[in-house]
Amino acid sequence: MSTDVADRTRRAQPGARKPPAPDPAINRNRPWLTEGRRRSLTGWGFLLPAALLILVMSFIPMFQAFVLSMKTGRGTNLEFAEPLWSNYARLLSDEVFKLTLQNTFIYLIIQVPLMLILALVLANLLNDPHLRWKGFWRTAIFLPCAVSLVSYSLVFRTMFANDGFVNDALLGIGLIDGPINWLGQPETARFVIILGLLWRWTGYNMVFYLAALQNIDQSSIEAARMDGANAWQTFWHVTVPQLKPMILLTAIISTNGTLQLFDESWALTRGGPAYSTMSMSHYLYEVSFLKNPNFGYAAAISFVILVLVAVLAFVQMKVGDKRD
Amino acid sequence: MIRRLRRLPGYVFLSVFALFSVFPLYFMVVSATNSSADVLDSRLLPGTQLLENFAKLFAEQDVVSAMVNSFLIAVGTTVLSLLLCSIAGYGFEVFHSRAKDAVLAILLLAMMIPFAATMIPLFELFANAGLVNSLIAVIVPTIATPFLILLFRQATRSFPHEIIEAARIDGVSEVGIFARIYMPTMRSTYAAAAVITFMTAWNNFLWPRVILINNDVQTMPLLISNLSAGYVTDYGVLMLAVLLASLPTMVIFLVLQRAFAAGITGAIK
Repeated sequence: MSTDVADRTRRAQPGARKPPAPDPAINRNRPWLTEGRRRSLTGWGFLLPAALLILVMSFIPMFQAFVLSMKTGRGTNLEFAEPLWSNYARLLSDEVFKLTLQNTFIYLIIQVPLMLILALVLANLLNDPHLRWKGFWRTAIFLPCAVSLVSYSLVFRTMFANDGFVNDALLGIGLIDGPINWLGQPETARFVIILGLLWRWTGYNMVFYLAALQNIDQSSIEAARMDGANAWQTFWHVTVPQLKPMILLTAIISTNGTLQLFDESWALTRGGPAYSTMSMSHYLYEVSFLKNPNFGYAAAISFVILVLVAVLAFVQMKVGDKRD
Repeated sequence: MIRRLRRLPGYVFLSVFALFSVFPLYFMVVSATNSSADVLDSRLLPGTQLLENFAKLFAEQDVVSAMVNSFLIAVGTTVLSLLLCSIAGYGFEVFHSRAKDAVLAILLLAMMIPFAATMIPLFELFANAGLVNSLIAVIVPTIATPFLILLFRQATRSFPHEIIEAARIDGVSEVGIFARIYMPTMRSTYAAAAVITFMTAWNNFLWPRVILINNDVQTMPLLISNLSAGYVTDYGVLMLAVLLASLPTMVIFLVLQRAFAAGITGAIK
């Protein structure tokens, strides 16, 4: 974004040299409507429909959710709570909420770094000019992005069923003695979710890195190799530092996505066993629309997710800056 | 030869990861042609049960209407979203001013708002408007996205300003410049945006799950999720349904892979 100013000054010049002829017909009837004003209004006309829709569909609901989070009651019969923060206080003693928070952070801490490292390594391998069958590798690894989260969750659910393919395969090669109840135990169920997330999103992040690698200076890599650096040293000391802005961006996108995890928790493990894999958004859905709907309490949960997204993005940007 | 050998670990790693990436999809396709018992016996070869699975699936679920709904939602979202966001992205770049830049900066903040945080008020909004169970309610909240606006604003930077100036002198209206000159010129940006928007809309799950409260109006992701929720799951039928739900996006992906990649990475170049 640092090129903005340069862009603008460069572009402003031809316009200044050759001002477009004002339309006299318009100005005679409406003298206040100068050419500049008319164009500015046109601009607002162009961008307002989308801007208003985002206002109505994102910003206003967000503020409404905040107000809602201070109310209690069932269904639509809501009153302001006494004290106002009682929904938030209740979160602190809600064991299920704390468990879903913990689950989300387990996914975040294990899966995001692993995925980004894998994506970096894969992108670096694919960027090698001497690599063969490049298109094939890229398509194969990127392919999981084509299926929906619910679809792949159900495929994984089928493969990891008690009498499913994964147990058959492991029994077949003698790695285990009896079938593992993958989706029936907290640790293995979380493992399957993490594996699924890695499967679905590694190629996606790899594409970001491949795009960034197109823009970095290939000669710096060649130079490092000429100076005798091995592949690993070149990767770590030359390529990775140049990819830092992209790594930061993918880290923020992935963190954001993981905090909002819903489909996998819903379709792959159904949150179980006993909430041990349930994500925060899944719990939010349960509180909102199942059993005893409690919109006020659900809104408080949603605001915790919002604050976590904002805080973690801020922290990542700070950390990203500091290493310069 | 030594150079080749040095690359061997790379090839091994790529092979293992490519297998990991492709295998679940192969499993899905093959299982769609097998009976439930064969799927659980880990039969990895194409079977003969495809037609039986089709018959069972169509007897159990209204697949046709779910497919139609999914198409209407995905196409409707794509057309409206591209139109609205490209006009806005163009407006932010071509008519930029300090005030408009500030508005854009605020809009971009909306990218950080998790959908969960707006879901309940949105549900109330559409419920009060009597639009629960309507496709309109599925589409409207997803039309205007800061991401697409940003994508089009960045792409507009490479659109020569001289063309706009020349067209103005020729007396072409501002809307005319956009519709008749800008839109045809930016075909590849529209293609990338269309692919990414179509796939996101087709695959959307949480919001349709919330706003389509009875099972008469379903999308494909909702249908397959309901299919697996019963006590007894027919895995062959389930995998066929999952395959049908994935086929449109997989075809689009394989045909327009480059446009898809450009779409997801486009806004950040």
